[in-house]
Amino acid sequence: MSAAASPPPPGQRMYHGHGTPAKTEGRLARLFLIGAALTFWALFLLAPLVIVFGSALSEGIEVYLAALADPETLSAIRLTLLASAIAVPVNLLFGLSVAWLISKYDFTGKSLLITLIDLPFSVSPVIVGLMFVLLFGARGWFAPLLEALDTHVIFAVPGIVLATLFITAPLIAREVLAVMQAQGDSEEEAALTMGASGWTIFRRITLPKVKWGVIYGVILCNARAMGEFGGVSVVSGHIRGETNTLPLHVEVLYNEYQFAAAFAVASLLAFLALLTLVLKQFVEWRAHKKLHALSMQDVPAPLSLPPTPGVSS
Amino acid sequence: MTVSVELLEKRFGSRREVVGVDRVSFTAKEHGITSLLGPSGSGKSTLLRLVAGLEVPDSGRVFIDGQDVTGLPVRQRQIGFVFQNYALFRHMTVFDNVAFGLSIKKAPKSEIEGRVQELLSLVQLRGYERRLPDQLSGGQRQRVALARALATSPRVMLLDEPFGALDTRVRVELRDWLHLLHEKTQVTTLLVTHDQEEALELSEHVVLLKDGKIEQAGSPMDLYESPSSPFVASFLGGAKVLTGSVIDGRAQFAQDSLSASVDLEEGAVVDAFVRPHDIRLQKVSKGSGASFSRVLRVVRVGAYVKVSVLLPDGDSIHVQIPRHELDEQGIAEGDRVVLDLRDIRVTQRTPSYVI
Repeated sequence: MSAAASPPPPGQRMYHGHGTPAKTEGRLARLFLIGAALTFWALFLLAPLVIVFGSALSEGIEVYLAALADPETLSAIRLTLLASAIAVPVNLLFGLSVAWLISKYDFTGKSLLITLIDLPFSVSPVIVGLMFVLLFGARGWFAPLLEALDTHVIFAVPGIVLATLFITAPLIAREVLAVMQAQGDSEEEAALTMGASGWTIFRRITLPKVKWGVIYGVILCNARAMGEFGGVSVVSGHIRGETNTLPLHVEVLYNEYQFAAAFAVASLLAFLALLTLVLKQFVEWRAHKKLHALSMQDVPAPLSLPPTPGVSS
Repeated sequence: MTVSVELLEKRFGSRREVVGVDRVSFTAKEHGITSLLGPSGSGKSTLLRLVAGLEVPDSGRVFIDGQDVTGLPVRQRQIGFVFQNYALFRHMTVFDNVAFGLSIKKAPKSEIEGRVQELLSLVQLRGYERRLPDQLSGGQRQRVALARALATSPRVMLLDEPFGALDTRVRVELRDWLHLLHEKTQVTTLLVTHDQEEALELSEHVVLLKDGKIEQAGSPMDLYESPSSPFVASFLGGAKVLTGSVIDGRAQFAQDSLSASVDLEEGAVVDAFVRPHDIRLQKVSKGSGASFSRVLRVVRVGAYVKVSVLLPDGDSIHVQIPRHELDEQGIAEGDRVVLDLRDIRVTQRTPSYVI
């Protein structure tokens, strides 16, 4: 579960001191651990990012901007945005319903459903793509139906949207489910005893309760939807200007030795990733700040009772 | 409004093997507080949730004000429910919490405003309208929960260990306060508690549960004075059950170290429910011949002293005596004492009686 979803309870004080024996004793170990972590971070996270932006601008800003303004790039941007614009709302609806279903009701096959939610995570994205080819491809199960309707799924936009939907399905559901289960349902029960209907309870009690989990899930889902490669690659067919998403477009450019252009488009994706991280950080900070503000406010002493005979105080 | 349940049964588990509530029937009197008392796992909370409709019974019926509500959904039962963990809406202010039930009913704004203010005065939380639950103490939160439950003018109030999560001082304070609140509102109330003191102090009627069954029901006095079983006696007032026989017109227990005069036939097997304050201690000098008891432990808790005494038969018993009595005699751990019973209930054992 994410930090945004489960902030520490209000009033809990973090210890920031340095002088405790337990901390000074491990000074060497601490330096070593910090050093190792920083080295790893610099080598495997920071360096690639620098290289992406560096290579993108290696042939000058004009080449960079030209690569971004290329009609094929613009088409890839549009397709990527379309796929995530469909995947995020649909999975939001799916995630909320599944989380609600699992956390509020008991039914047979519940544990099977929980396991199945994780299926897209446990299956390789390439297999997911192949699965859709087998279902909707020229010789797939639904081929006659698609032929009758004169539409295409594989090597077309619907296939890309389907693959993205499938692969990002668990993200919001997982996040919201964890928050719902952690918070229990006595608030919902209380609302029920006060006469609230199921929909009212969902809208006015449950949704505000899991708000941060939902936002966090949406951010993660969006990041994955825009960055998805394997599954989309299989169903796309790489038709330039039509079925290439941003990650696919990067690959195409790279394979054609247009390194500057490839990195320029890649920098766009990297920028989106950074933006996602900033957003996520902001969400966590907001959730944290809200709680911090609450715990900082001085809680008044309990009201004393009026001097009534028999009242002990 | 009266509340009654008839042969209510609820089992849990995939094979219905765990007994929650086992064919329970009782009636809660109008305008009164009825306590559902029992140790944890006795089914008291389940029983309350069945009355509320938060659980569905396997069999039996629930009546509120004479109306069969067994099949009625929770939200139509017109009840007020207070949870042990308060269950306040964390993202809403105190005002919005209390106003929630009325806003569901689409009451006009002015009416809601007036009613909320009235209730906040009742629970002495005026001026706290804009606070969030996180900004209140435990006792204040529970008072908001009570105001919230009262807002829709429920036919019955159902309180599930309302003071269970509070510290002792606040608990005692709120107990007295709840009594005053009930005097004012007069709403028929069911109170679930594991605290016998709470049940005896607050309610006119106590239903004592054990393993999903009613062990005994009646007024607090009835249960305290005439416990129907050793369980009731020990649960209320911490009585110990001693078994002995009648010799020379006296009931003798624990190798004759305890006795009380009774009007029963010679040789009869008798049980005594002995409460900690029913015993007097008498220090004796060393070397006397009769069988003596020994003081194991002395714990001073305010005006009273708790003394653990080892009886000659190896059993031990708790005694509670006023501090000055202990000090006057200078009783200390390891001393030999004789025990003197006063006002205890001795009952002749019936053949079917099983402890």
